Amino acid sequence: MNLRRLVLIATPYLWLVVFFLVPFVIVFKIALSDYAISIPPYTPTLDLSAGWEGIKSFFGALDFENFTFLASDALYWKAYLSSLQIAAISTVITLLVGYPIAYGMAQASDEWRPTLMMLVILPFWTSFLIRVYSWIGILSNEGFLNQFLLWLGIIDTPLTILNTNAAVYVGIVYTYLPFMVLPIYSALEKLDGSLIEAAEDLGCSRAQAFWLITLPLSKPGVIAGCFLVFIPALGEFVIPSILGGSSTLMIGKVLFEEFFSNRDWPVASAVAVVLLLILIVPIILFQRNEQKQREANQ
Amino acid sequence: MNRRFSWFNATSLTLGFVFLYLPMIILIIFSFNSSKLVTVWAGFSTKWYGELLGNKAFLDAAWVTLKVAVLSSTLATVLGTMAAYVLVRAGRFAGRTLFSGMIYAPLVMPEVITGLAMLLLFISIGMDRGVSTIVLAHTTFTMCYVSVVVSSRLVTFDKSLEEAALDLGCTPFDAFRSVTLPIIAPAVISGWLLAFTLSLDDLVIASFAAGPSSTTLPMKIFSSVRLGVSPEINALSTLMIGIVTVGVITASLVSKRSIARQRAEEQAAARA
Repeated sequence: MNLRRLVLIATPYLWLVVFFLVPFVIVFKIALSDYAISIPPYTPTLDLSAGWEGIKSFFGALDFENFTFLASDALYWKAYLSSLQIAAISTVITLLVGYPIAYGMAQASDEWRPTLMMLVILPFWTSFLIRVYSWIGILSNEGFLNQFLLWLGIIDTPLTILNTNAAVYVGIVYTYLPFMVLPIYSALEKLDGSLIEAAEDLGCSRAQAFWLITLPLSKPGVIAGCFLVFIPALGEFVIPSILGGSSTLMIGKVLFEEFFSNRDWPVASAVAVVLLLILIVPIILFQRNEQKQREANQ
Repeated sequence: MNRRFSWFNATSLTLGFVFLYLPMIILIIFSFNSSKLVTVWAGFSTKWYGELLGNKAFLDAAWVTLKVAVLSSTLATVLGTMAAYVLVRAGRFAGRTLFSGMIYAPLVMPEVITGLAMLLLFISIGMDRGVSTIVLAHTTFTMCYVSVVVSSRLVTFDKSLEEAALDLGCTPFDAFRSVTLPIIAPAVISGWLLAFTLSLDDLVIASFAAGPSSTTLPMKIFSSVRLGVSPEINALSTLMIGIVTVGVITASLVSKRSIARQRAEEQAAARA
């Protein structure tokens, strides 16, 4: 029994330690190392054969140089700021687009709900890359949106949307919309209808009842949805590199290029460490919101 | 919720679903366009599908992707189900907080960071990069999704059923196999499907974990998409969207039927 229990716990535990925890320790270590033209392209490397002296010189050679470099080079903090800005703006747009959809689903009849649910979830199962790619043909200068607007006569020269931040917003809103709709829908679904009836009996208009009852009670879903969009959007790489332009600065893209094009592993690792530190705040807030929800449900 | 489906609701749902589906519908329609120009319709043709099936680089990449997805999702389902069982049933043990942290962290971790960390691990232990490293990387991040799906099922099911089996003389393993597993099977299967699609779809982690000789389909798509829209990619996307749609609809019909059957059995048992 005890051996079984040990094996049961140890197998997934060790797997995660080796393939998840240890890699992060390595990232931190390399973030403190120096760039070198060698294989692997950083120093120092831990030489255990040199014994205690080796370990001592290894730790002596680690420093925070890469982090001061990140702070001094405008490219990096601009990329962090612009990632935060892009993630925040697209979260707000996703909320504005997603809330009416979730509200409509919650108001729909019981026969319709499973179908609507499926329609929201289905895009999530289709390839993320393809969903982002599908917008190139729509947003490009000779794309469908411009053709449509020209045909309507609203514009007479095509708008440049592809390869700008606007296209990145569209891409994020489009791909993360289900993450916003589902938590809001599940909050609205649980809402007790008699509260709204009571409000209306007491003289509220429909709009007032929505504003005073429905919206505040759906707040946990709104918060969860916002974090579910904001957190992955912050480190997004695929959307800015396919839909964004050369002026679109997002930290995920900078990290990728720092690693693959510049081959500067220590700086790439330092970029990753700072991104992690930035993400800790929203992740903890998100966890708290979830915890509160669980306690409220019990 | 008191329900009065208004015009506002109908409009927002319609616009919302048009927004969600129109880009993919356009993509599918233009995969049958005979012109190389992707925004001008020049007549119906299936030639891009023919060219796609003759493109060896795409077929090789598709084969690598499929191999990786099957291996990693199966491994992830075993590990993820174990992890879920540990989280829900194992009670207290040393390092439990760290364990649940490691289960939830990959869900919120940016892919670039997970990918970078994995690659640095593979390099520092001197592992040659290729299919095996992609499998390891995908197993690690998808097992966490599996364990979330499975543990949400384990939480809701009646623990006394397991205890009854143990009281009646089952070994813990027998009890798991003949009582727990059949009950959580739908969750295990959807966990596997989730892991499988996540693996099929992943670009960033695979780019880090792959060696120069192994290219997955998303990597191949990404490198050609950077050069612009191509009708071949439209054809490939249509095939992928078609497979996923059929798969998801079948899976949901099957699970609906099994839930209905389970309910009927429970009702019959209650009556008896």
